Parts: sequence; C-alpha cells; structure tokens
Amino acid sequence: MSKKSLKGWLYLLPALIFLGIFMVYPLVDVFIYSVEEGYNSASQTFFGYGAYNYSFVLHDPYFLQAIKNTFLLVIITVPLSTLLALLISLALTSITKLRDLFQTVYFLPYVTNTLAIGLVFMILFKKTPYSEGLVNMLINFFGGPSVDFIDGPYWAKLFVLCFYTIWVVLPFKVLILTSALLSVNKDYYNAARVDGTSRWRIFRRITLPMISPSIFYLVITGFIGAFKAYSDAVALFGTNLNAAGMNTIVGYVYDMLYGDSGGYPSYAAAAALILFVIVLTITAINMLLRKKFVYIS
Amino acid sequence: MKVVLEHLTKKFPNRNRKIKEDVIAVNDFDFEIPDGKLIALLGPSGCGKSTTLNLICGLLAPSSGRILFGDIDVTKLPPENRGVGLVFQNYALYPHLTVLQNIMFPLENLKGKDKMTKEEMKKKAAESAKIVQIDHLLERRPGELSGGQQQRVAIARALVKRPRVLLLDEPLSNLDARLRLQTREEIRRIQRETGITTVFVTHDQDEAMSISDMIVVMEAGILQQIGKPQEVYDDPVNLFVAKFLGTPAINVFDGRVEKGELVIGKDRVLKISGVPDQEVTVGIRPEGFWVDDEGPLLCKVRAVEVMGRDVSIVSTHEGSQAEQIRSIISTDFHMDTTRKEVRFALKPRKVHLFDKKTGERIRFEVKE
Repeated sequence: MSKKSLKGWLYLLPALIFLGIFMVYPLVDVFIYSVEEGYNSASQTFFGYGAYNYSFVLHDPYFLQAIKNTFLLVIITVPLSTLLALLISLALTSITKLRDLFQTVYFLPYVTNTLAIGLVFMILFKKTPYSEGLVNMLINFFGGPSVDFIDGPYWAKLFVLCFYTIWVVLPFKVLILTSALLSVNKDYYNAARVDGTSRWRIFRRITLPMISPSIFYLVITGFIGAFKAYSDAVALFGTNLNAAGMNTIVGYVYDMLYGDSGGYPSYAAAAALILFVIVLTITAINMLLRKKFVYIS
Repeated sequence: MKVVLEHLTKKFPNRNRKIKEDVIAVNDFDFEIPDGKLIALLGPSGCGKSTTLNLICGLLAPSSGRILFGDIDVTKLPPENRGVGLVFQNYALYPHLTVLQNIMFPLENLKGKDKMTKEEMKKKAAESAKIVQIDHLLERRPGELSGGQQQRVAIARALVKRPRVLLLDEPLSNLDARLRLQTREEIRRIQRETGITTVFVTHDQDEAMSISDMIVVMEAGILQQIGKPQEVYDDPVNLFVAKFLGTPAINVFDGRVEKGELVIGKDRVLKISGVPDQEVTVGIRPEGFWVDDEGPLLCKVRAVEVMGRDVSIVSTHEGSQAEQIRSIISTDFHMDTTRKEVRFALKPRKVHLFDKKTGERIRFEVKE
C-alpha cells in the first residue's frame, strides 16, 4: 500500500470504527439473532439454527396486522402528501405577498414535537364521556353521527393516522419542492410564454420534468420514512398498539423486544429483516422507475 | 414587417422600497425599424436594451406608448399573437428535451386551424434546423452541444413559426471570441436568407457595427442616436456616443475655442469658425492624427506599438482627460520608435467638439 493511500485510510479510520461498531456489527448481529431458534435472553442459550423465527413472525396475526397497517399507511400517505406538497408549493411560489408568512406557517409542524402534535390530535379527534372532540362537533354540526376516531372503528383510526402522518411530513416536502420550483430558471417560462404555451402545458412539459429529481427524492424518502412509522401511532393510540389494532412493523419489532409481551429478540430480528427486505425491494423498484420518469441533467 | 415604437416608456417600481420614484428603464422611445433589416440595440449594461426587446416581444407591457408591426397596433397583444421569435441570452433550451423536441415545442402550442400533425411539425422543425445548419444534431440533448450549437438551436426554435420579427438578446455574449466572430456572420447570413426583420441587443459595439444595417445607441433608458453604423461613428450627436463607438476609443481632451482657433493646452491645433469663444471638450479619433514635424499638437511619446498593418503611438499631452492618447498611424510613414516627442497634425473630419457641460456636439467649420 502506498504511503498516500495509507494516509487516506488513516483519515477514514475514526468514521470506519464508529460505523463498524454502531452499524455493521449490529446488522450482522440482527441477522444472527434472526436465525437462532428458541433463543432465551435470560440464559443467552438457543437450540439451533433455522427459519422458525421467520415462520413464527409471518404467522403471527399481530405482525400481519402491522404489515397491513404499514402498507396502507405507505400507499395512502406517500402519494397524497407529495401531491399536496406540490400543490401548496405551486401556490406558494405563485404569490409574492405574504409568501414568507405562509412559508413559515407551513413549516411549523416540522419544528413541533411529535408527541405534542399527537396530543393536539387527541383533543381534536378523541371522544370521551365528557366531550365529543372538536372534529365530532363539526361532524354533528353538519348533521353526521359522532365517530370515535381513537378507540372506534378501524377505518376511523386509520384515517386519523394517515391524516396525522401527512400533516407531519408535509412541511419538509413543501420546503424541498418550493426551493426546487424557485430554482427553475425564469427564462424557460418566458420562452414558453413567447410561444403561447398554456399554463397546464408549461407545468407538465417544463416545470414537472425540471423538478422531477426533487419529487423522486421525496417519494423515495417518503416510502422509507412511512415504512419506518412508529412514533406517530404511539402519539395517537398509546403504547399498546396491538390492542388498538394499529401497530406498525417497527412497533411490532419494539414490542417483541421491550413490550409487555416482549423479550423475544429473535422474533424482533426476524421482523426487522423482513422490513429491511420490503424497503429494499420498494427502493429498488423506485430506482428502476427513476430512469424512465426523472430528467437527470 | 416594419416595427414602429411610438413614445414608448417603461417604468419599474424602485427596488429600494423607500424610494417612491419609479425607475425609468425606457424613456419615450420613438423610432421606426424598417422592414427586413438587421438592427442592433447598443448600449452599456442597464441602459434598457433588453427591456426594449421584451417590450417589442410582448413579455413586458409598456407603461405608455404604442408598438406597431406594420400598421397593426400590437401593444395589447400577447407574444404568441404578435408573430415574434425570441432568442434568449442563455438560450433557454429545455434541457430535458432533444433538439428536435425543442424546435418543435412552439409548434405544439398551435391551436385551431393552425394545428399540425406530428409529421408536419417534424418537417417544419427539420427545415428550420437546416437553415441554421444543425440538422445532424436533432436527436441530441442541449447538454451535449457546444455553446455555438446551442445558440443555433435557439435560433432554429425562434424561426420555426416563421416569425415576422426575430429578436435576439445578447446573442453572442455566451460564446468565446473565435465563435463570436463566426456566429455574428452566421446571424447576418440567416437574416439575409430569411429576410425577417431582426432586432438584436448587444453591449459590444464591434458586434453592432459589423453586422447591422442600423444601430440604435442607448444610455440610461434614453435613445441617443439612431443611424447606419458608419454614419453614427462619423457623426456622433454627443460625447457619450463618440466615446461608446470605436476601438480604440476616441481620445478626449479639455480644450477651448479662442478667436476662431481650437486650443488644447498651449497648442493651437485647428483654425475653425462658427463657434463662439468657450471651453469645450474635444474628441479626436485615433485615426485622426498624422505625424507631421510642423504639426501643432506636441506630445510626449510613451510607447510605439507596431501592429504590422499600422502603428499605434501611445503618448501623453497635458490637455488629455485620459492618462494617455492612442493614435493609429499608417505604416506608410516610417516612425522612429526611439523618439521622445512627436508632433501631430489633425484630420478635421475626425475632430469633434462637445459642450463642456451637456456633452452635446458643437458643430464647426474648418478655415483653411
């Protein structure tokens, strides 16, 4: 090894050591845990190696519920939040008066604590013996029956979770898309105007391709983030998510480790690896689609 | 199609909000661009050239005044109904579209009876590409082209709808020096070939003088002079125009008219009539000097630059406003490069007098 490359490795060493200890080693360890059958965390013993943990997890109704919840959350919130963010950004960039004010307003959820927001949502949606909750008061006002969004039917709970998730992820997306829209050179729009291009065509043929890298980035990070959802559900439905039927994959992993029914690191590891495979697959599909839809300068 | 600007004015609100007064970018422009000619809008940065171009194009609406194409008032028409093609300074080619798609883009917007099939559009685009000689690059993306090629694509896109007026905003400023010479010939050729009335904006007087039929010199939103390049050069209306045109620039002296004589410093350089005694600013073109041992203007030589075709003498004189005077002398005359002093005689046609305060031209007659 030449002296120069040795020096290079030396500079990289601190980062490599930390990555090794906190990233690589745990990853390998998780994989080992996931194939150790009948692991006992108290005695640290196990029977042998095999796929039983995976089989158990995949047959666990709680896990299947968590998969269903997570997938619904991803499929609903990622497209919807991206679309909403795009609409808001378009509106923000087309106004000049009060733009700063609205930008701040839309960014506020980003700097607000998740649990605090959860509490506010509880107050808005929860039905108690003493109060109907603000949203129910609205529904009643328009003549509808009250719905218990927190402890009620599944669709109502899913609605609140999606609503909450979209609301939390929106600011970041608005921020990214607003700056992407503002960075499109005005001359492109002027050139299109000289030719009498309609606003819709300008958006579809010029704006959209130009900001497609940002949209793509948001979709990918949105997918990954939504698959890893957990704290949002806790903020709304409390820590016993299995009982509420609103658990997510990450929530399931956590419960298997530390929950009331916890103490099963092998099951947790298997579930975590299943999540990893899902995210990897989706991201790979996204990357393949990228070539087709995203303009890369 | 001739283009007429009638008392055209464009005001912008001041960027500094504390100042209520508007900025006047274009101030009461009133001139006519004849049909089928190549016109340069020439002036330093921020003089309102591009604003004028955008007004003609229709991207900006004037604060007052009218714009006519032929006899038709287009002041209120949007750009697409004026029949203009615009080439942007940075070309504004859509980077995600191929050259062909870029050129076709304006055609895709046509509606009603003008609507074309894909095949017709392709044919039109190919024709347009042929005029600017880029028909072999149609499948490329703008990012894969050189600056000069991008420029041609931009022109092709502007030409594809057969505009009545072609507008070019600083068409050469993004090109390197060699390409610039080549491209300006190209613009001239395309304009001649198509016969489309063409207006281009430039701050480079060489560019403007070399290819245009007419130049419009502007400064600070005010039209200074309009005319054929040689006429404007030979007969500037004020000191600004005289200084702005010509490389090397005109030499400017502080002088005075005294009893029918033009005096610079102590030197009585020219006998003139028609001008009362007063302090004046004197402009002498570099080619307005001869070396003459009997000549009236005595200068100290700083350097003699031999250029082959001619000789450039750099000298100083107490009356000169600039630190040095540059004069260009034909090589027919053999200059002793070691001389410390030189005497010049002046060619009266190359000497212009200007009002000391306003900079307006003062005309005079030469007495023999």
